[in-house]
Amino acid sequence: MDPITLSRWQFGLTTIYHWLFVPLTLGLGWYVAFFQTRYYQTKDETWRKMAKFWGKLFLINFAIGVVTGIVQEFQFGMNWSEYSRYVGDIFGAPLAVEALMAFFMESTFLGIWIFGEGKVSEKVHLASIWLAAIGSNLSALWILLANGFMQAPPANSFVYNEANGRLELVNFFALIGNPKGWIFFWHTISDGVAMAAFLIIAVSAYHIVRKQNLDFFKRSFNIAAVSGLIAGVLIFLGGHTMGQYMAEVQPMKLAALEAIWETEQPASFSLLTIGDLSGKKEIWSIRIPAAMSFLACNNFTCEVKGVNELQATYEQQYGPGDYIPLMIVTYWTFRIMMAFGVLMILITAYFVWANMRGDITKAKWMKWVPWVLILPYLANASGWILTEMGRQPWIVYGLLKVEDAVSPNLTTVDLLISLIGYTVVYGSLAVSMVYLMKKYAIAGPDAAMHESVDVAPARVGSQD
Amino acid sequence: MSYEFLQILWFILIAVLWIGFFFLEGFDFGVGMLLPFLGKKDEERRAIINSIGSVWDGNEVWLLTAGGATFAAFPHWYATMFSGFYLALFLLLIGLIIRGVSFEYRSKDSAPAWRNRFDWMIAIGSFLAALLLGAAFANLARGVPIDGNKMFTGNLFTLLNPYGLLGGLTTVAIFLLHGANFLGLKLEGELRERVNAFAKKLWIGASVLYVALGVFTYVAGFWARGVVNPGIIPIAAVAVLLVAGYFINNKMEGWAFIMVALNIVLTQVTFFSMTFPNVMLSTTNPAYSLTIYNASSSQYTLTVMSIVALIFVPIVLAYQGWTYYMFRKRISTDKKTLVY
Repeated sequence: MDPITLSRWQFGLTTIYHWLFVPLTLGLGWYVAFFQTRYYQTKDETWRKMAKFWGKLFLINFAIGVVTGIVQEFQFGMNWSEYSRYVGDIFGAPLAVEALMAFFMESTFLGIWIFGEGKVSEKVHLASIWLAAIGSNLSALWILLANGFMQAPPANSFVYNEANGRLELVNFFALIGNPKGWIFFWHTISDGVAMAAFLIIAVSAYHIVRKQNLDFFKRSFNIAAVSGLIAGVLIFLGGHTMGQYMAEVQPMKLAALEAIWETEQPASFSLLTIGDLSGKKEIWSIRIPAAMSFLACNNFTCEVKGVNELQATYEQQYGPGDYIPLMIVTYWTFRIMMAFGVLMILITAYFVWANMRGDITKAKWMKWVPWVLILPYLANASGWILTEMGRQPWIVYGLLKVEDAVSPNLTTVDLLISLIGYTVVYGSLAVSMVYLMKKYAIAGPDAAMHESVDVAPARVGSQD
Repeated sequence: MSYEFLQILWFILIAVLWIGFFFLEGFDFGVGMLLPFLGKKDEERRAIINSIGSVWDGNEVWLLTAGGATFAAFPHWYATMFSGFYLALFLLLIGLIIRGVSFEYRSKDSAPAWRNRFDWMIAIGSFLAALLLGAAFANLARGVPIDGNKMFTGNLFTLLNPYGLLGGLTTVAIFLLHGANFLGLKLEGELRERVNAFAKKLWIGASVLYVALGVFTYVAGFWARGVVNPGIIPIAAVAVLLVAGYFINNKMEGWAFIMVALNIVLTQVTFFSMTFPNVMLSTTNPAYSLTIYNASSSQYTLTVMSIVALIFVPIVLAYQGWTYYMFRKRISTDKKTLVY
């Protein structure tokens, strides 16, 4: 295998892994801060326990998100040095701002929150969890603005400097005002809230079925159901906005996620398309007329460009080459993301409705609810695979190809060592993390209140 | 502001970030390496971790900020160094990953085997990180093979030269001493006695290695190859390290800590001034070296980043300093006061 392929696999795997943890950090921080605020206002012990218990799960998850994030920042230079040279003048800035503005804030105040209870005033302790939550969401903003540049570089933000052979920033505000980045941000932070809501729902359901700490878990469940529903709708609206913006700036990605081969007006939405093995030719499909036009431009009549026409245009514009992303991946990840996203809205809507109608703690379906946790994880990973693979062959859309971005000095051996190394270390971390998450989630809130030694419920009493 | 002024300013800012990182994370790397050797009982180990618990993550952000700032201000420096030191940085990352997770996970299960495993991961991760950072900086001082296209042409073994290895080991030794001094300030009772006894031995090893590194640097001519002569600074660095021995032997923990901290700062100042304005020296041909002039971002980007830094650096310094002030008390091994 060649270094480009291996570098792509490594970037893909490490990024997906990192993003299994980050959305939960983004979302769960707000919940913990909210619970602690309610305790501060009411002095109701259940709120305190909620902050502690969900805070514990937050921290177990946070640890992996933060350490795998270092790899992300280093990887641009390590594996994509030509990319770093070509766009570093532009792309480095949001990364540096992210570290300076967000990482310091997140890590410092989280440290105060973990270690400061009883040592700092209650107000400072409360402020520290809010600042940590704000810090982590700010870091999402900056990295998404950076990613927004890769997806849809704003034309007025940069120029090509012939003498240096690179792109240079000429308008910082155009870079940070990039609509693509802000739509990403909207989509991502609401996704974080939804993911946290589904974790709370799943864990609460587990305890509700066992009739443990009903007041605690019913309260958690209901807050998560309502906020999860709101977040789900926001994700959907953000995604819809993104689709329309994509039609403008990344028409190829839009055509590829829909498997539209020929330009259509109005465009149909494919419910199911079977392609040939290369993933580049359609064999058979079922379609809803005009629905795709609505997704792309909010009316039922507009034209949606097809893959073949776009390929021809790009060949004229950028020279010969293959400008079509791997359609089998873009097409299916889009469907998984959409289907699970819609399912998340329907499920939370049902929970909210069921709760208004009667006592959910007696509901027969409750025992199946813990399984919903899988939905946001699959939807989230699919969405990112779609976004990143739909950009292929470009690393910066229309400006630099992935094959021209890789570090030229790396050998296959270098990459095999790092790829295998990351896989082994990340894999074992995941095992420890899942073990601890399960243990603490099952042990329940009383165990989380006992800071020291162990959480296994049977042993807590005897310890102190 | 002139382009050259901005390039020099950003070189200084990045140097400051690295100095901050070595000074701060230096002691928490040292604490991490000392953990399994110093702590005999579980509460002792927990007390040792508690001494850096609230700050290590913030300390590590100095590294991330140094990386991000290098990317933004000197993209070629970032690209050449990070791709060139690929496997070394990979090992550094593995060290930082296993260490960071272990701080959080080690006390979340009571099985002794579980805790012991994570304690060792903290120690090994801290050791790897200190060793590789030291080796990387020594190689930057020595020079590495870089061709006319700003491309690193060596491999991992290019970095494993005697000077690089000595740089790595010296960094490990200095950080161990720095960590021991820090713990002397933060712990109490028997554990404090034990760490002070450790510091005495560590001081001897660190001083020997440090002087050897200094002599090597001078004899091999890795000395003042830029436009700045570091002058008296490296001599002062040796002096404060030797003086630290006096304070360590007389149990003056505060002064011992300050002296080793000064040694780290002065060493970094020497490092950054002795190659300036080069940021990566080429052993292939001095004309191929990366400098602050041929590696930097555009004037516009440097201006924007200067404004950002001017706003945020003071804010960060204020709240990080405040955290240290807040957690200034000594940590006892009393279970009730420990945070898990």
